[in-house]
This record gives sequence, C-alpha cells and structure tokens, in this order.
Amino acid sequence: MAEQVVERPAAPVSPGERGRLWRRFRRRPMPMTGLVLVVAFLVLALAGPMLTRDPSAQDYNAIMMPSSGAHPLGTDDLGRDALARIASGARISLQAGLLSTLLALTVGIPIGLVAGFYRRWLDPVVMRLVDVVLAFPFLVFAVGLAAILGPSLRGVVLALSFIQLPQVIRITRGEVLAAREMDYVAAAIADGSTDGHILARYILPNCAGPLIVQATVAIPIAIIGEATLSFLGLGVQPPTPSWGVMLTTAQQYLDQAPWLAIWPGVMIALATLGFNLLGDGLRDVLDPRSGT
Amino acid sequence: MTPVLEIDGLVKHFGAGRGQAVHAVDGASLSIAPGEVLGLVGESGSGKSTVGRCILRLTDPTAGTIRLDDTDITHLSRRALRPLRRDVHIVFQDPYSSLNPRFSVGRIVGEPLRRHRVASGRELADRVAAMLERVGLAASLSRRYPHELSGGQRQRVGLARSLILEPKLVVADEPVSALDVSVQASVLNLMTDLQRDMGFSCLFITHDLSVVKYLADRIAVMYLGQIVETGPAAEIFASPQHPYTQALLSAAPVPDPVEQRERSRVVLGGDIPSPLDPPAGCRFHTRCPVAVERCRTEEPALVSRRDGGGPVACHLVTGADVPDLTAI
Amino acid sequence: MTGARTAPNGDGPLLDITGLAVDFDTEDGVVHAVKGVDLSLGAGEILALCGESGCGKSVTAMSIPGLLPRGARISGSVKLEGRELTTLPARALRDVRGKEISMVFQEPMTSLNPSFTVGYQLGEVLRRHEGMSRGQARARSVELLDLVGIPAPDRRIKEYPHQLSGGMRQRVMIAIAVACSPKVLIADEPTTALDVTIQAGVLDVFRDLRDRLGTAIILITHDLSVVADIADRAIVMYAGRAVEQAPVTELFARPRHPYTMGLMKALPAAVTAAGVGERPRLAEIPGMVPTPMTDPDECAFQPRCPRAEPDCTASRPILEKAVSESPADGHTVACFHPLEGEGR
Repeated sequence: MAEQVVERPAAPVSPGERGRLWRRFRRRPMPMTGLVLVVAFLVLALAGPMLTRDPSAQDYNAIMMPSSGAHPLGTDDLGRDALARIASGARISLQAGLLSTLLALTVGIPIGLVAGFYRRWLDPVVMRLVDVVLAFPFLVFAVGLAAILGPSLRGVVLALSFIQLPQVIRITRGEVLAAREMDYVAAAIADGSTDGHILARYILPNCAGPLIVQATVAIPIAIIGEATLSFLGLGVQPPTPSWGVMLTTAQQYLDQAPWLAIWPGVMIALATLGFNLLGDGLRDVLDPRSGT
Repeated sequence: MTPVLEIDGLVKHFGAGRGQAVHAVDGASLSIAPGEVLGLVGESGSGKSTVGRCILRLTDPTAGTIRLDDTDITHLSRRALRPLRRDVHIVFQDPYSSLNPRFSVGRIVGEPLRRHRVASGRELADRVAAMLERVGLAASLSRRYPHELSGGQRQRVGLARSLILEPKLVVADEPVSALDVSVQASVLNLMTDLQRDMGFSCLFITHDLSVVKYLADRIAVMYLGQIVETGPAAEIFASPQHPYTQALLSAAPVPDPVEQRERSRVVLGGDIPSPLDPPAGCRFHTRCPVAVERCRTEEPALVSRRDGGGPVACHLVTGADVPDLTAI
Repeated sequence: MTGARTAPNGDGPLLDITGLAVDFDTEDGVVHAVKGVDLSLGAGEILALCGESGCGKSVTAMSIPGLLPRGARISGSVKLEGRELTTLPARALRDVRGKEISMVFQEPMTSLNPSFTVGYQLGEVLRRHEGMSRGQARARSVELLDLVGIPAPDRRIKEYPHQLSGGMRQRVMIAIAVACSPKVLIADEPTTALDVTIQAGVLDVFRDLRDRLGTAIILITHDLSVVADIADRAIVMYAGRAVEQAPVTELFARPRHPYTMGLMKALPAAVTAAGVGERPRLAEIPGMVPTPMTDPDECAFQPRCPRAEPDCTASRPILEKAVSESPADGHTVACFHPLEGEGR
C-alpha cells in the first residue's frame, strides 16, 4: 500500500510496542495453538512429576496394562506408570531442549557479535568453521559427539548445543552486519560510545527478534535430538525416563502394548509442533523481512 | 581565525573486490570557519555523504588529512578520538533509522552526556528536558519511544542529541530530505535559530539546491568524488562558473510555473560515470557540453579564478575564456 | 492550455471520477485513505495530484486502474470514456490496464525483472497486448526506446536492467508503459528517486509523450517545483480530499486555499528570491495532519488554519468555484473563507 498511515517499526520490539505485537500475535490461530501446546508442555514438565507417582515405582500387579483408573496411560514392561514416566520424560526433554539452546546462545552470540562487528581476520575464520560444521549431517555429528562425551544427559546437552552453535553464530553475525549499518549505530559512535557499549546496548537488543525465533525453532530440534540419541542408547540411560528411552523399550512390545510407543511418540510430536507453531508466529510478528 | 574543520586532499576508496575500488571521494579539500554554514551539494554518488562520515571517522579515510580545530584526527585511534567527539556531532537523513528503537527519547538525547560523563542523575534529566524544549518538544516526550513519534519529531530528537554537548561542528547529512514540505520548513527554521543562538559551524550535506540557497553561507559543489567549485552562496547562485554547477542550477525546477517555463536549461548528456572507473582528465568531461581536448587528458585543479572569485576546477574557467553556457 | 479538454468523441472528459472513497481495514481499525474525490482528466492533459504524505494522492491514483491491495474498499465512480471501471470484472480490468491506462512508479530499480533484457520485457508487452510478431516487436521496441530519449536504442535493448542507470531504467519503464499507446498514463512520483539533472530529462519525456502521442498524464508528486514545471492543471489534496483545483499558472499566482498557500510559503524558494543567505523565517503550518481513522463533518484543515472561523467546524466545505467571473477559469476551492487571490 502506498500510503501507509500506521507507521511500521524500523526494528522490532521496543518496550512501548509490545502491546501492539501481542495484539498481532493473538489474532492468529496457529501461533496461539503453538503457545497453548508449549505452555501445556511446560506445565507437564514442571508440575507433572509432582502430581504423578514415582516413575520408577513398579506395580507388579499391573505389568503392561492398558489404561485404567489407577494408571491412566497404562504401565510398561516393569509395571511402571506410563503417565508418571511421560511427565518425568517431559522434564528431561525440557532440560535437553532448553539447556542446549541456552548454552548455544550463550557461546554463539558473543562469537557472532565479535565476528560480525569487527570482521577483519576473525570473521572469515569463524565463518569457514561454521561452514565445516554445517557440512556434516546433523545426526551423524550429534551421534559422534555423544559417543565421545559419553551417554548421559550432560553429553546430550553438550552435543545438541554444539550442533546448534553454527546457526546461532550465523544468525547473530548476519543481524550484526545489518544493524551496524544503521544510522543509530553511527550516531552512537558520534556520541562517544565504546564498542562494548554499542554491542551491548545498540546491536544486541536489535538482533533479539531473529534469535528468539531461532531459539523456538532449535528447541524442538533438540527435543527430537535428545529422544533420538536416547533411543539409540547414546543419551539418557535407563532407568531415567526419557521419551527416547521409553520408545526403545516400547519397540520390543509393539504388538502387545502399542500404547507404550504411542504416548511418547504423541508427546514428542505435540511438543515439537507447539514450539514450531510458536516460532512461526514469532517470526511473523518479530521479523518484518519474512513478510506476511 | 582557525577553521573549525579543515580537510585536505581527502581520499576514500572502498574495496569492491577483484582489485577494484569505488572512488567515493578522490581528493576533496574544504574548510569551515567558526559559525559558518557550508552547504555541500552534489547528486547521488558524488561522495558528499562519505565526506561527512570521514569527518566523524565513521569510516576511515584512505588518504588526506582531516583537522578539527587544529588537531589532526585522520589517524587518531578510536580511543584517542573519543574525547574530541564532544565537539562534533552528526544529524542523519532518515529519522527512522537514526534513533535506537529500544531507547526512550530521554535516553537517546541524554546518551552524549552519559558517554562523556558530563552529567548524571537529576542534572542529566534537567539538561535533557531543557534541550528537548529548545528543539520544540515537550519534556514529557522523553518517556516516549521513537516509533511513537512523527518524522518531524524524530528529526528534532536527532537534533537535540547532536546539540546537547554544544559541539563546535555539526555535520547534517540531508537532515530535511525525508520530511514533508511543511515539516521541513519548521525543522529548517529550528536549525537556523539554533545555529544563530549556539553559534556552531555546520556542514550541511544535501542534494536540494533550494535548501542550501536558503541557509548556506558558502557552498561546495561535488561531482564524482571531487569538489568542482566553492564560493559564497550568493555568488554561486548568481554566477555559477563550473559547467556542472551551471547545469545543476539550471536543472533544478523553481516552484513558479511562469518563471520555470521560461528558463533556459543546460541539458547534460549521458549518465554519471561509474565511480569504479572514473574518467581520466576532468571527471565531468564525458557530460560537459563545452569540453575541449585538454579536458580529456589533464585533470583540472581547484584554483582561484583570475577575477578573484571562489575556486573552480575547470580548465576553461581558470584558463582562457569563461564560458556562459546559458547563452548557448 | 487550461481546463479539462473533452474526449475525442466530444461527450465529456476522458477520465471522470466522482465521489471516490477508499477505506482500508487494518489491525488498528478502518483507515479512510480517500474520503471523496472528484476529478476529471481531458485528452492530452497533464494533471498533477499533489499534497504531503498521507493525503491520499497515491491511493486515488492506484484506484483508477484497480490496483489497490486486498482489504481496500472502494466506492464512487471511475469512468474511462464513459465506461465504469470500478464494477468491471477482474479480467476486463486487466485488459484496460496496460492497453488503456498504464502506470509508472517511483522506484525504477525494482519495477523491472532483473533476469530479462530490456528488449525482451518491452517486446513481451507488445506481443501480448498488440499481438505483434518477434520482428515487429523488436522494431517497435527500438522506436519506443528512442521515443523516451535513450541513446543507441538498438544496442540498449540487448542489455539487462542492472546495466542501466536509474534514469535510464525509469525511461525504460515509461517506454513499457506507453508501448500500447495508452490513453491515460499514471505516474506516481516518477522522478522522486532521481537526481535533478536526470529528473529534468525524464520530465521532458513526459512532455514529449503528451505532445507527440496525445497521452493524458496524471502525475502524482509531493514536489511543487515539478508541478510548476510540467502540469497543465493541479489538484491539491489534504487528508483524503481535494481542497483546491486550478490551472497551474492560476494556482501558483493566486492560491485560494489556506493550505495551498501554506505549502507554497513553506518552500525555501519562497523566501530566497529576495536574497541568498538572509535566512528569513519560513512559514510553518502548525499542528499535524488529522488521523485518517475518523472523518468528522468539518473542514479537516481547520485546526491548523490561520483563517479558521466558527463555521469551519459546523460543516464540511465542498470544492466549488472560487470566483464567479471568468478570469479565474476553472479555479475551485473547498474553503468557507478562501484567500481573495491577492497572490503570494
């Protein structure tokens, strides 16, 4: 439209603008569905384990039983409550997803900021390394790393954060390259600001939108990654109830107890879908370049 | 009196890959006296904005010297430069991208005071409020964010930020070009008032001849990275000497249909050549209606005219006859 | 020449717009971009639509060939040679666009497809709309590029858009726009992105098209100097309505609407005639443009107007004859207290 009456923001989310972005977000059904799913997942992961029974407690009277009053989602081959294990597994998934993403952001953002802001020799070196990591298939890399780091939640988190790192660096660097050309950065230099101040107060806040979107997209990948590694025996070890571990067990009893496979599978799908829908919605409101 | 700013032989080349370079500025010299408004005029690609950015050291010059108040700042480190930044500031064209969208108006205007540790707390707030009032904005606006303001209000915020430390020199890069006529008028009035009251020197960079005609004391005309003519504004508008200046002045329409339709125009052939590979000799010779053989081979220097007028870089003006293109 | 010429068939103007209104549904409510514009364009006339950003001049122009984005609601009538365009089905409207009404936009950089040569893009229009053969289209393309003042057109048609400068690209856009000899050419800020020395040449092209092909042109611009240079007649818009309409010489000599006068006096050129560097104060228009979300039944300019009287808020002035006698031929103004035409 030629005559834009309502001024569009030059860069997303300044404090006074949040209400407006929220109004834009709220009106879209898919992102709202995503938000509801994510909130449900968080509630399940945080409160679920407190409300259900001990996920390791065995009920010898109910081995591989389908859903019943006592065990709403049935029990597994050792008589453990599937609902309790789903809830505890959610906590593991959340840890793997959140911790690995936070770790990748913590390490990747400073690298991307410095590489993008100073360029010189650092930038090409960092970017070639990023290309090398990106050239490996994601799972092969994760499997290799997890094997080296040893099968544990810690190993999973480290491996998953490492494979997210290149994307975080790339996005941050790209945003920095765009932001450093803005006149307000030039004005900040003219104000007499130091580089650290410019990076922290001018560049980083204006890169936040795409990084938030990246995080919401990375979390579900990490959730699937954790499940995959655990399924392959390279991640969380039994008896800790991870959704991946549950699937490993379930595959032996697919004919007798299909619910053991269905519930973790549905949970992985819903959590992933929720974060992805939320991410798409955030991208629409935060990143004007994606255009809607 | 020592000039506030003195630029000598400024060169800025941007690498364009494959060994090529964009000759954005190629040997520009100018100076600004205290309290003077110098209009730097040129079309897109003339390098006028790059000159402004070099003065602020937002980009590092390839060669030449820049002196601020007798201090050579051409090669000062960013750290050594920082205290000198109190004396020079910049106003940008785009009121949308020149203000950090995440800072409140008060924060933006107060930043220079904070960075130079000039004021803090209550005093800082008071000075910000006073400065906002001075540029015609209510002090209550300091809690607002840039996206809540109109284009004219944003440009006033940009002015307030640039002037709060009372600099000696303000580089204004197309400060009113993005504004509507009625808003432009009020910002120009404001700049004139502030300049008179505070006495800062101003490098006013613009493509708009009517604006420099209004407020510049002196004018420098740029073409393809070089200054082709300078002089007092009244003199340049009354009798432009360089063929490019003549063409530029005659091409700009005046808002009066009777006068406009009777004006004779110097029509330029061709396009501005690529700054990747500027023409040899006089840079303007490819479009100049009066170019002679010498113009194709020998680069004219910016030298004073024999009649004592402002310096011109043209063989024909500084050499034999002064051509009057409007008579052709 | 002054006033609207009539169409060749003699019954009324070439283009006749009455009561045009355009609303946009946005997330913040309904925006009334155009609130009722009457406009007529004669054959071979250059009409300028001018005003500041947000006045509705571009939306008015875009609604003529039906190029409004989704979510726009248009009402009123747009008649080309007596044929109503607003109710035309999409397919028929597509035929009108390009053949009878064509457009030139501000940004010549993005309006051309970077993957095809200039000659191909021009030839495609000719082959599709005019049914020309490849050879005919090629010959005609060279003619058209020559018409818009592109030197060495037989060489230029083999070039890609990135090989051309901004001014040359805008000339190519104009050549494409006039390829099918449209009756009406709508140019939306066609020289705003160009340098003055380039602008002068492009304005010459428009003048030339009108003189040689008889094309009627609607020129949308914020630049009063451009209006003064090229237009026969001008309409000044404010807040979605036309506030003044007159032949250009008359408009500049005797602006009647206080807003038109304000615009003219705000120009730096208005005060520099007296002397350079004197820096007398420029006339300002106090206040801000009203929100397009509401449309009260009053003069929209009244809150900023130096001549406002109590009756300005009582009802809305309509565009009517400024003076009854003939010298001010075709001068209309929407104001209860217009200036007496004392000149600037």
